[in-house]
Amino acid sequence: MKPARFDYHAPGSVDEAVELLVRYGGDAKVLAGGQSLMPMLNFRLARPAALVDVNRIPALSYVREHDGTLALGAMTRQRTIEFSPVIARRLPLLLEATRWVGHLPIRSRGTIGGSLAHADPSAEYPAVLTALDGEVVVQGPRGRRTLKPAELFETYLTTTLAPDELLVEVRLPAAPTGAGHAFEEFARRHGDFAIVGIAALILSDGPRCLMARLATAGAGPVPVRLRAAEEILERDGLGESAIEAAAARAAELVQPDSDVHASADYRRHLTGVLTARAIRTSLARSRR
Amino acid sequence: MSTPPTISTGLGDPASVRLTVNGTPREGRCPPRKLLVDFLREDLGLTGTHVGCEHGVCGACTILVNGEAARSCLMLAVQADGAELTTIEGLMKDGALHPLQEAFREHHALQCGFCTPGMLLTALDLLRTNPDPTEAQVREGLSAVLCRCTGYHGIVKAVQAAAPILRSGR
Repeated sequence: MKPARFDYHAPGSVDEAVELLVRYGGDAKVLAGGQSLMPMLNFRLARPAALVDVNRIPALSYVREHDGTLALGAMTRQRTIEFSPVIARRLPLLLEATRWVGHLPIRSRGTIGGSLAHADPSAEYPAVLTALDGEVVVQGPRGRRTLKPAELFETYLTTTLAPDELLVEVRLPAAPTGAGHAFEEFARRHGDFAIVGIAALILSDGPRCLMARLATAGAGPVPVRLRAAEEILERDGLGESAIEAAAARAAELVQPDSDVHASADYRRHLTGVLTARAIRTSLARSRR
Repeated sequence: MSTPPTISTGLGDPASVRLTVNGTPREGRCPPRKLLVDFLREDLGLTGTHVGCEHGVCGACTILVNGEAARSCLMLAVQADGAELTTIEGLMKDGALHPLQEAFREHHALQCGFCTPGMLLTALDLLRTNPDPTEAQVREGLSAVLCRCTGYHGIVKAVQAAAPILRSGR
């Protein structure tokens, strides 16, 4: 099918984009990379009065590192992240997660801000943002505010962004020196959304675990930070029994739903399996 | 940084689109809801790019936008204003098939041909970003395009055969 009619605006600045969102009072949709919104328009699942296309706002596309934090403009393409030397060096977890996002032709257009604002719980970037406890900056008519993952993701495909707010920046802490990472995912075919995915970052000192970060994709209506599983590793170290205990705890921490792709039980089982795998891969990649 | 001008068009009002397709400047006018793939086929007469699923899954409509493979069913024509596109019609040079096309013919990499334009442009982008891919990497890259005839076997062989030829700069 083809999209229904809409007003089309391609502003050149964030201020103008927000003005347009205010003008349409909730009847406009923001068009970022379009890899989720365009299918919904084509199928007329979405019929907004207007599209505010933010692809012509150059100020929204950048990767910057400052004081151990990576700041990415919301319109930074997934492909740009995939080939960014700064990301490869400072946050390889984000690079690895990116390779699971659709396919290269999807990543040519898809953006990090679009993926987070779309809030598909089985997508990879929400899991990374949650694992690293990063933040997003949103701009609306009353100025800017900063949201942590738990403040951003509300439920399936739903964030706490107001209709007149635009996600403008994503901030993620760079990986500590020597940390190991992994993004483990199971999907029926490469490029499909995850049935379950696990983002992991581990900082070890011999058998001791100085820091563990674990979060899920696909195991419930929002990404889940597996804090109680992290605590097992931080308390008991990185031996086999601690890894098994952390994985078992991870499976208890999620509340997945059943759908056409997988049952809730299967998703819970996968959460445990992939958590153990992600911890082991991260450990193997750690430099201590 | 100077702010680019806002492009705005009301409900259904046609917008002008100027772009370069296969090295040739082209222009047209279309309503903002027109998909890029339909603009290529209906307004510019370039019917080599195929319309498949219209939701970004099958990859039949894949073209190069500013040198990068992208789904032309997931872009509006107005978004391509100012862009440089390469479609299947742009692969031949001076009447000769592109080496990748030659390899597809040599290795029986097509049957019905419906997915072939998207397959070729996806493979071209794959070989530019990864000039010496393993078989597994070729298969992963080609998973971006669905083929319902060949079982992919010939396509994978063709892309692997074309890789050294493209590396040698032919």
